[in-house]
Amino acid sequence: MYRYDEYDHELVQDRVAQFRRQVERRLAGELTEDQFRPLRLMNGLYLQLHAYMLRIAIPYGTLDSRQMRKLAFIARRYDKGYGHFTTRQNLQFNWPKLEETPDILAELAEVEMHAIQTSGNCIRNVTSDQFAGAAEGEIEDPRIWCEIIRQWSTLHPEFSFLPRKFKIAVTGSEQDRAAVKVHDIGLIMRRDGSGQAGFEVIVGGGLGRPPFIGTTIRKFLAKEDLLSYLEAILRVYNQLGRRDNKYKARIKVTVHEIGAEEFKRLVDLEWAEIKDSTLKLPKAEMDRIARHFEPPAFRALSKRAQATDARVASDRDFAAFVRHNVGPHKVAGYAIANISLKPIGMPPGDATAEQMDLVADLADEFSFGEIRVTHAQNLVLPHVERERLPALFDRLAAGGLAASNIGLLSDIIACPGLDYCALANARSIPIAERLTERFADRDRLELIGELQIKISGCINACGHHHVGHIGILGVDRKGEEHYQIQLGGSASEDAALGKILGRGFSADEVIDVVEKIVDTYLELRIQGEAFIDTYRRVGQDPFKERVYGAH
Amino acid sequence: MALIESRTDGPAIVPDRYQRVEEGAAIPAEGAILVSLSRFLAEHDELLARTAPLGVWLASKETPASLAPFLDRIALVALDFPVFSDGRAFSSARLLRERFGYKGQLRAIGDVLCEQLPFMLRSGFDTFEMKSLRALEEFRAVVGEVRVVYQPTGDGRPTAIDRRLGRR
Repeated sequence: MYRYDEYDHELVQDRVAQFRRQVERRLAGELTEDQFRPLRLMNGLYLQLHAYMLRIAIPYGTLDSRQMRKLAFIARRYDKGYGHFTTRQNLQFNWPKLEETPDILAELAEVEMHAIQTSGNCIRNVTSDQFAGAAEGEIEDPRIWCEIIRQWSTLHPEFSFLPRKFKIAVTGSEQDRAAVKVHDIGLIMRRDGSGQAGFEVIVGGGLGRPPFIGTTIRKFLAKEDLLSYLEAILRVYNQLGRRDNKYKARIKVTVHEIGAEEFKRLVDLEWAEIKDSTLKLPKAEMDRIARHFEPPAFRALSKRAQATDARVASDRDFAAFVRHNVGPHKVAGYAIANISLKPIGMPPGDATAEQMDLVADLADEFSFGEIRVTHAQNLVLPHVERERLPALFDRLAAGGLAASNIGLLSDIIACPGLDYCALANARSIPIAERLTERFADRDRLELIGELQIKISGCINACGHHHVGHIGILGVDRKGEEHYQIQLGGSASEDAALGKILGRGFSADEVIDVVEKIVDTYLELRIQGEAFIDTYRRVGQDPFKERVYGAH
Repeated sequence: MALIESRTDGPAIVPDRYQRVEEGAAIPAEGAILVSLSRFLAEHDELLARTAPLGVWLASKETPASLAPFLDRIALVALDFPVFSDGRAFSSARLLRERFGYKGQLRAIGDVLCEQLPFMLRSGFDTFEMKSLRALEEFRAVVGEVRVVYQPTGDGRPTAIDRRLGRR
């Protein structure tokens, strides 16, 4: 993975010192909260319902064991002993003290981490495929390009006061695990006719109100032109994006209002002016960054993993872990191991300091020290020898991290909701917790199969409810928490937005309603059909009838 | 209100020589003036015929392209920040300097937040209207706080890539 050089270090250290001075001025009363607000928001520090919240960037979801141990240390020393992994592959601490935040940032800088641009109307942390560098069928490791974008976007002088926040996602694989079509810019690595790798460029996707699937404005972009093309898009958006209404300020609305064709024309005009400028990436720099993402020293292993196969045959728990949490690796004899942060009855994405330390230790022992954070709020050990899966599983189980539910109904995505967030209308976490309790039975979960439930506590859609197979949106109805159901969304390469089922429900009712929807699916499905496929085949009516018919 | 100019030997408070002409008001016979873009485009022949320095100010929603043919005869372009969070003028500034080759004074006016000064300098601004009484002190404190830059802009500062490759 990428290691900072002297310039990267210097920038982050300078930024820590700068923020320390700003906090000192705030504490000394030289800055009012109004004056301090834009400064703290340039550094991921939010003022939430009960306390400050610090959002730490985990660039493209890649961490090493040293960084994870530092997060555990910060959780223990400066917070309440836990942290929350987010749908943008970041980590949030919910209880930092303002006066200690510069110290937290200094701790992070020691391990090449920061909180730069995790908030504010700027280019946010770039996200990517959590299996980058490990999955089969990848054109190139997308993190090379994420890191190049990270550097280019960091403290960008022109694009730090955009109309609204700006999110870029990159995938190197046909199979889209990074939800690139619902980002402000999505990049998919492609090959042109001559076999050269480059990017398909998608703009104007996004969740939140109103949701849009992005449009392709360039089918193939050469690698060296990546930054000039991004700069052209951002410049057009910075000039044209609406600033009169926060809810219409994202690039998706700009693209929608002027039309994708016109937007593309404006970008191409701008690009023609800067394509051959100093933004053209030098090969030496592309190669330098790429070297950081060269594969670890994989061993030559047999495809067969006898001990693992034997344990699968004899141990139901382990078999379930392998079935749901373990995926194929591009190198023979290796596997990708997912660690679920969705145990029954717990807030999705939370991890204790002890669990973080355990994952760090396991990364060192089993996965070349590498860890990934997924947009589904889980963790990944990307490079595990298949034959060592039983040993890994036992260690995870001892640490309470062996929930075998990746991709199943209880692998719920949820935003922090009204338990923490100042924007929320309703709580998300208790709904997620109660659903995992209602569907705790493993046989039943397995019978239901792949089903994504996504919960947002407000229309800003941090819980991605629009692209859940079942989406749940918290709304405020006359001062009461209420929940709307949407069906049929997807964040994958077949991206689709869910459709609202009908009137909403109370927190008590919504658990029963989900159960009715699931039961309806089980009755209607054809052998082996996943929920989303049944839904697409039969439409919304049977679900509607079942949910509302009895009332 | 203080006007601060960034010079090679550091920032300095400088007098504002330009009289801002309000919409509809008569153009003074003498002295340096600052007019709106619409006024300039409507009356550029008369305005350029004056001998005193001419400045044009742009609202944040106005792009500088229409000013391009006249830039060698304009001494000051002022770009307005109606609120600090409206960042359109950063793009306008870079276009003026890097695309249209503007060499005159480029001034940030309106709600100029001192923490934005490094970004403004990188985008091509050289003078700043600042409200704070301690503007000079604040300017010195924030400029140079972060020494590394990643993006090439018209300010010509060597980027991290330049330094890595030993280009600059």
